[in-house]
Formats: sequence, structure tokens, C-alpha cells
Amino acid sequence: MDFYWGLLQLIGIHSLLGLSAYVVVLTGQVSLAQAGFFAIGAYAAGMLTVLRDWHIVPALVAATLAAGAVACAVGFPALRVRGLMLVIATLAFGEGVRLFFFNFDYQIAKGNIRVGPLGGEGFRQIRYFPENGWSTFHVMAFIWTAVILVMAALWWFDRSRYGAVLRAVGEDETAAQSVGVNLTAVKVSAMAFGGAIAGLGGGLYAHYTTHIEHANFGILLATFAIAYPIVGGLASVFGTVAAVVFVQGFLVEGLRFLGDWRNLLFGALIVAAMNLRPHGFLDARALAGLARLWRRRPAGA
Amino acid sequence: MLELRGVARHFGGVRAVDGLDLDVRRGEIFGLIGPNGSGKSTTVNLVAGVTTLSAGSIHLDGIDLAPHPVHERLRLGIARTFQNIRLFGQLTVWQNLWVAQNSPADRARQTFLGRWLGGQSGVRAEIARLLEFSRLAHRQDELATNLAFGEQRRLELARALATRPRLLLLDEPAAGMNAEEIGQLRDRILRLREQGVTIVIVEHVMQLVMGVTDRIAVLNFGQKIAEGTPAEIQRDPAVQKAYLGGD
Repeated sequence: MDFYWGLLQLIGIHSLLGLSAYVVVLTGQVSLAQAGFFAIGAYAAGMLTVLRDWHIVPALVAATLAAGAVACAVGFPALRVRGLMLVIATLAFGEGVRLFFFNFDYQIAKGNIRVGPLGGEGFRQIRYFPENGWSTFHVMAFIWTAVILVMAALWWFDRSRYGAVLRAVGEDETAAQSVGVNLTAVKVSAMAFGGAIAGLGGGLYAHYTTHIEHANFGILLATFAIAYPIVGGLASVFGTVAAVVFVQGFLVEGLRFLGDWRNLLFGALIVAAMNLRPHGFLDARALAGLARLWRRRPAGA
Repeated sequence: MLELRGVARHFGGVRAVDGLDLDVRRGEIFGLIGPNGSGKSTTVNLVAGVTTLSAGSIHLDGIDLAPHPVHERLRLGIARTFQNIRLFGQLTVWQNLWVAQNSPADRARQTFLGRWLGGQSGVRAEIARLLEFSRLAHRQDELATNLAFGEQRRLELARALATRPRLLLLDEPAAGMNAEEIGQLRDRILRLREQGVTIVIVEHVMQLVMGVTDRIAVLNFGQKIAEGTPAEIQRDPAVQKAYLGGD
């Protein structure tokens, strides 16, 4: 059973990463910086629980706020450029964060061992969960509580006027501007919210794996982050989570028996999924169909 | 109300607008006509702030517009429609209007305190009024991309009105419309004037321009070649020459 709880943990963490990109993609921006915000959250939360002996919850709150603040600061200069240039700018930021942690040492003595991040060696012994006797199931439930809270917040947010404004900017910036939308404010706030969600996911990730290092937060993770909302569809938050389940649950775990052939099939399946469902797994029509099914069933019973 | 002085916009060597002076008076319907490429749309873009001035100045009620970016000009009371329709296709008709409510009064209603004081019902009532005005009430939950062409034009006008403009810039509002739709558009424009909105229309469809405007300016190669009432413009030899060619 622990294997499945472990898989659910990973799916939960990647869902947060995907949802962080979802907010940014709604405004029509493609950001490869999400892995960088994720890394900032991971190191911040890990350092607070290991070096400062904080409880996990305030440590995660701090990681969320720290990543959100960095994303806000990055947003102002980065969002002055568009399209391909923004991809390059955010990619450079993400790599910058990774290289920072590659060179970042901050260790203190604790008992007779030294703990904390140690450059290329990584940051080991983030053992808050085992030290406090959390079982795999507890950790999984804790991660999914965070995922569900974020999904509920984004669900509500999608239905607010601000959500409509984000989508309007994603559709046509010139038109949005000409009806009085302040593009900078909208894009920077979306970046900050997205960064904060990535920070929360990173904080959970650090404690889930107990050992993080710069190589965890490279371009591959950034690509996954942006692929989830695009593969899943932008009609609602469920699309992103469905894409994470498909990629992490089915492609990565389910095809393990194929050995090295898996990677080949992995790419082919993503291409096939994009061709079969160009607006994502759960597009507006699929959601409307599900909603009808849901309404019909109680009536028929 | 709107004052253009020596306005110019050069794209490389092309002088799209070249030293234009215009005065639009409060409450009038002002037409801007001219052959293709004469600088009409560029003038609208300069007033709306999408394009920046190469020279000259634009004032709205004495306020210099140069330092104000597009979204701030809207708060000063300038709204516009586009020559090629630009709706938010994946939003519903209702949401298209909701997103456009950015006037200072509407923003105050949308704050937490404003909503607590009942602002949300005011917002809904305003959107319902605009849907009624544009005869789109029955389509309010439809995605904008699914609307018929004429409906899209009506929605775009309604969306501009949702910003509560004092000055409305219409860039070829009748393009692609049939005679019946043009008649309805004309009625709608006249009703807006009664509500106190000043309107600038850029248009090729003479049936609309001649029937609805108070004054007209004619542009050719970025310069004003004539200005006057519709009747005066129709008689003007320079205008006939620009449109019909010859010498």
C-alpha cells in the first residue's frame, strides 16, 4: 500500500507545480521559471524546519510567501518582454536559481553532525516527517490537504471577476488594455500567485524526498510544470490535475515494465494526447458534458 | 472636448498622419472619412494610446494624453471598438462586459467594501442594461466566439460602453453589415448621443456617415483636406477629387 501512497504524494506535489503554471498560462504567458520558484520554496522550508526547528506549517507558509515575493520581483522586468523572449528570460532565471543553490553553503552544527545545504552535495537530512513519526499515509493526506485547498482557492478565483480578467488578457492583450485592464498589474500578480503555489509545492517536496539538490530543479521540471496545464486544458483546475495523474501515474509509473522503451513511448503519448485533444483533456465541452451527466443521474435515480 | 494639434505619426518613411489638427466638440457625432490608407485608423489608435505620437499633442478636456497609457485613457473616459472585431472569444457574452467594467465608479463597487454595500447588484443591473441595449440578453451565457457576426459587432460596442465612456471611438463599426443592421446601428448611435456620449466614427459606409454625423473631416495622405457638415462635404471639390481621382 505504501507504494500507492508514495505515488499519490508525488502526484500531489506535481499537481501544485502544475497549478502554479496554470495561473500564469491563463494570462497567455509561457514561464519556465516555475521550477526556480519551486526550488526557492524547497530550500526555504527545509532550512526553516532543519536549521531553525520550525513546525512544518509555518515553514510552508514562509516558503510560499518567499517564492511569491521573488516571483513578484521577477515579474516586473520579465513581463516587459513577450512570447519567445519571455521563455528565454524565465529560463535564464530558473537556471540562475539552480546555479545559486549549486553554490550555496549554509551549514550549522547540530549535535555531532553538520546540517544544511552544501552546494553541489545538496541538502540532506530534511527529516521532519520521520522524526515526528508521520506515516506515509499521513504525509500523503497532508500533501493532498494542501492540493485541495489550492484547487478550491483557484476554483473560486476562476469564477471571480479577476479570473475573467486573467483569461481576457490571455486571449487578447490589446483588447484587454483597451477596456481598461492594467496589463502589468494583472501579469505580475498572476506571476506572484503562481510563484507562491510553486513555493508551497517545493516546500512539501523537500520534506517528501528528505534530500534535495540543484539537479532536481532543472529545465526538465520546468518543462513538466508548463506541460501539465497545457496537456490538461485551461478550462478548469481539474484539467491540470488530470494531466499530472496521466503523466506521473500512467506514463512514468504505469509504463515502468517497458524499461528503456518507456521514454520513447512517453514522448509519443504526449504528442498523441495533444493531437487527439488539442484543447487539453478537459476542455470546456468535456466539462459541460460531465456537468450534464452529474445533473442527470440524481434525477434518473 | 478632444483637441488634436499638429498630430503626426511616421512609420519609417511613411507619414501615416502628418500634421493633423482636429476639434471634436462635446456631444457631437464626428465623422472621419478618407480613402484607404489615409490615416483614419492611425488617428484612432493615437487617441486611444495604442500608437505613440511622433509629433504634436492630443488633449481631452484640457488634459494632455501623452503621459497616459491605454488603460488610464479609458479611466479618463475614452473607449474604442476595433476595425477587425477583437472580443474575448472564450469568455461568455456576460463575462466580456464584466471584464470591461473598469471605470472608477465600477472599480469602487468591485472592492470588498463596495460589494458588501451591495455594489454587485449594481454591476449586474448595469450589465443587464447593456445587454438589453444591444439586444444580446438572450445570448448572455454563450461564448463570444460562437456569436454571429452582427452579434459580435453589437457585443464589441456594448463592451466599449461598459467602460462608461465620455468619448467613444468607433473604427468602421458598419464594416460587413447589411442595410438593416446599419439602420439599427444608426439608431443605437443616436441613442448614445442622447445619453451624452461624444462619438468619433471612422467609416467607409457613406450611408451611415452622411446620415448620422454632425460634422465630418476628410483625410487624404495623413492630412485634412476638408471639414464641415455632411452636406458641405458632399459638395466639396477636393473631396470628390480624392475619392474619384482625376485632376
